Formats: sequence, structure tokens, C-alpha cells
Amino acid sequence: MKKGRTGPNRIARKSWKQEIRHSWPLYLLIAPAFVFAVIFCYAPMGGLIMAFQNYKPWLGITGSEFVGLNNFKQIFEFQESYQAIINTVIIAVSKIILGLIVPIIMALLLNEVKNVGLKKGIQTLVYLPHFLSWVTVAGMLRDILGMDGIVNSLLKNFGVEPIFFLGEAGMFRQIVVISDLWKGFGFGMIVYLAAISNIDQSLYEAAEMDGANRLQQTLHITIPGIMPMIIVMATLSLGNVLNAGFDQIYNLYSPLTYSTGDIIDTYVYRQSLVNGQYSFGTAVGLFKSGIGLILTVISYRIAYKVAGYRIF
Amino acid sequence: MRRSSLSRKIFVFCNTVFLVTVALLCLLPLINLLAISFSGKSAANSGIVTFWPVDFTPLAYIKTFGNNNFVRSMGIALLRTSLGTLLSMFVITTAGYALSKEFRGRTVLMWFFVFTMLFSGGLIPSYMVNTSLGLKNNFLVYILPGAFGCYNLILIMNFFKSIPKALEEAALIDGASFFTVLRKIYLPLSKAGLATVALFIMVGNWNEWFTGILYMSDTKNYPLASFLQVIVVQGNKQDLALDPASATAMSERTIKAAQVFIGALPILLVYPFLQKYFVKGIVMGAVKE
Repeated sequence: MKKGRTGPNRIARKSWKQEIRHSWPLYLLIAPAFVFAVIFCYAPMGGLIMAFQNYKPWLGITGSEFVGLNNFKQIFEFQESYQAIINTVIIAVSKIILGLIVPIIMALLLNEVKNVGLKKGIQTLVYLPHFLSWVTVAGMLRDILGMDGIVNSLLKNFGVEPIFFLGEAGMFRQIVVISDLWKGFGFGMIVYLAAISNIDQSLYEAAEMDGANRLQQTLHITIPGIMPMIIVMATLSLGNVLNAGFDQIYNLYSPLTYSTGDIIDTYVYRQSLVNGQYSFGTAVGLFKSGIGLILTVISYRIAYKVAGYRIF
Repeated sequence: MRRSSLSRKIFVFCNTVFLVTVALLCLLPLINLLAISFSGKSAANSGIVTFWPVDFTPLAYIKTFGNNNFVRSMGIALLRTSLGTLLSMFVITTAGYALSKEFRGRTVLMWFFVFTMLFSGGLIPSYMVNTSLGLKNNFLVYILPGAFGCYNLILIMNFFKSIPKALEEAALIDGASFFTVLRKIYLPLSKAGLATVALFIMVGNWNEWFTGILYMSDTKNYPLASFLQVIVVQGNKQDLALDPASATAMSERTIKAAQVFIGALPILLVYPFLQKYFVKGIVMGAVKE
């Protein structure tokens, strides 16, 4: 067997010494990123140990008492944290489903626009909201949906009394999901438009010869053509089942809408950094990121198996 | 070419009308905001402003730029955005170049970086680490913790991978070092890609508001995004700096609208450049062979 290790194999498998002599500049170039990742990504993971403690700031991580899984048990015992998990899943899943379907439909419709200028113009406008911050969008929403906002002025024409939309618990989730869709659908469209443009044009020509109309072409060529992309996007979104969007909700909710709008991330923030329950907050956070990790790994595996997608 | 049938014509017409309406819906909230910011007090307060200012007045903007707190927070935002983008680009370009090569340990390192995308310590542990590093009430908190981002690293790595290897091999044989190759070959050849990533990072930095709220005890050290968050969302009136004299001339609503609009303005300004490249960038990052 040893004799077999000649030729290209020997070049690929250098000893560590040779490798370092040859590639040390590469290791050096990676060093800054490595250091940043260790300090700001991996060091906090060590802090997760707090989730299993009754952390007291004056005792520190080394001095605080271990309480096992107590903090995790409490997650499901407290009405508030339980409700936050429910809200998170409802909001996140609604966002995922709409965020998957709407961009596909919009991309298919936009594909039917043959005027290049018009198509470009529409694209320019629908991508824009993605780049605005949630503070900006929340600022606009608070104005538009306010008592004197443009929506209430419109409703007044129909004799409807002004509604304080952002104070209505029953409407909060809808507002969150729709405003998220407004902000993100254009950007979500990009990958599908790219996939459509990669479809072999001769397929359409052949279909045309066979007398297929545009609808038939869309159903039998375009949609199957972008199917791998749809599958990849659908599976990858699985990892977001517990991501309801902190930036958005924090800037839109209020105690009036906690019952339907409080999500895991906002709850963690209030419990820990506002109320000082560090260990409990960390446990809720770990619960979330642990499930998120499992779901993401599963989704990557499915995406790889089904569509050959790889992260790197 | 087939001639289009009547039903096809009707579809094309309805489709165009629908898409144009949707596109306008993406823009109109911003126009409404702009119209309110330029409107007079009574018009804005009575809610009759739609997409064109009523009783036009630039008072809200004059007042906003006369507010020292606002101008300072804008300066902090500009500073953190430029420094943060520079550092980020340095960290991920160097690592991205190295990781686009084959060498021993590459796969392990790659997983080491990718894992940061899949799992994180979360809010409180990060807060503790940053605080223990002395970043509380420290300007560096805006720059250091966010400098490394794995998603952008992968984007840049993919840009570099698409550059023909022959160029580099020729240079290496001629005795050039990896550093020279990166500077003289890779950076110039991937200018467009790097610019896209840099713009993305800039937008992210400009929009980031939570760090200020979390780590700064004094609102004087807030960048614009955090400052706006406090005014618009938390409804803090102090930082509006609305003295009684000007309160009679304009409304809180017009000032808020003006400030939110100014906050979004840099994004609107870089957007044309951003849009030119990001489609390619996104697709490269999301779809690979």
C-alpha cells in the first residue's frame, strides 16, 4: 500500500512540517477571523453554562450554584414563557409559508413582463424595503397605522371609527407577518428570477412548436425548472421555525400586545437584561438555539440529499 | 412567433397593472413619510397628508439639523459604519482568500467558521463576554463584536474561487508570495464582488440599533439608528429637543417623520450601486454547484 502513495497523492498529502513551510501565509491570513470567531462567537458559548446555574452576578460563573435542568423546567411552567414559544412558532411559521409562496408567484408573474424597462423598474422598487432597517419601517408603520395615520383617514371615509392598530392584540400577528412580507418578498424573489433565467430557452421553443400556451409552459417548464431552488429554499427555512424576528417585534410591540406578540427573543431580553434573571433568560435562549441548531442541520442534510445543496 | 390571443392580452394587462401596484406599494410608505415631514403642523396632525406635502415647510429639517444630539448621533453612525466596514472587510477578505485555497486543515477550519452560523451563545452570554472585555460604554462595541461574519466570508470565498487558478500559479512560480497574489491579482479582479459585500456590511452597520441600546448608558453615545429607536419607538420626547417656541410652529409628527427619513436617506443613496451588484452576489452565495 505504501508504494501506492506516489504521484498526485503524495503532493496532496504533505507532512505537517512541509505544509506549514508552504502554507504558513494562509494560516496567518486566517488568524484575524479565527481570533474574532473565538472571542465573539465561541467564548459566549462557554457562558451557556449559566443556563444550568442559579447565576448571581456577584458570585460569577465559577461561584454560582448549579441547579441542573431546573431553569429549563420553568420554561414550560411559566405561562409567559410558554405563550412566548407559542407566539414565536405561529409568527415564524406564517412568515416562512408566505415568504416562500409569495416570492415564487411574484417571480412567475414578473417573468411574464416582456418590457425590459418596466421589469427593471418593478424590481428596483420591490427590492428596496429589504434594505431599510426595522427601526425605519417601524417608524413608518407607527405613523401609517397611528390614530391620525393614512390608514385611519382612509377608513374614516367609510365611516369607520379610528382604530389603534398596534394596540390591538388580535391584529398584532397579522401586522407583523404582513409587514415582514412587504419588507422581504422582493428580495426573496431574486433567487427564483435567477433560476428562471437559467432554464434552457430551447425547451420553451419546443413547447411552442407543440402548441403549448404560456400557462402550460409555466406549469410544465418553468415550475419544474425552478423546483430544485424551491426545495432548497423550503428546507433551509426550516431552521427559522423559532426565529420570529427580534428587530421587528421589539420595535412594534407594547405591553398591550404581549399576549399575542411576545416572542422568545423579546422575552429573553426582558427577563434577563431588564429583570435580571440571567440564568433563566440564558436557558430560554439555549432552548431556542439548540432546537434551531438541530433543525438547521436536518434542513441542510435534506437540501443536500434532495437538491445537492452545500453550504461551502 | 405565435400571435397573442385575446385572453393573453387581458392577462398581460392585468398582470402589469397588478405588478405596478405592488411595486408602488413598496414605495408609497416612504413617500407618505416624506410628505408628512414637509407638511405644516395642523395638516400633519389632522392626518390629511397623503403623498404630497400640505402647507409645505422645511422647518422640521431645519430643526432636526439644529439638534446637537441628532447631529452627534449621525456622526457616531458615520464613524462606526466606516470603521466597522473597513475592519470587517479586512478580516473576511484575508480569511476568504486563504480558505479559497486547498491546504491541510481547511475543512476543519471551514466547519469551525460555519458552526458560528448554526449556533450562538445568545444574548446574555455575549453581553457578559463583551462587558468583561470592557466594551460597555466603549465605542469599540460598535465595531469589534460584529467584525467577523461567516455568511460574508463564504460570499467572498466564492468570489475568489471563481478566479482562474492559472493566474495565481503563474505568479507563485515567479516567486510571488500569497500576500502579493492576494493584493495584486485577487483584489483587483474581484472589485465588484468586494464592493457588493462592503455595501452590504455598510447597510448592516448603519441600520444596526440594538448595540447602542444595550451597551451605552448615555443616549449621547448612540448612533443614529439607536437614537431614532428611542425617539420613534420608545417615544422619548426629551431627545426631540422641541422647545416651546418651535412646538407651536410644528408637530412632533413632522419632526419624527423627518428624522426617520434622514435615517433612511444614506440607504436610498447607496441603493442604486447596491442593486447593480447584489443580484449576482446573492445568487452566488445561495446557489453553488
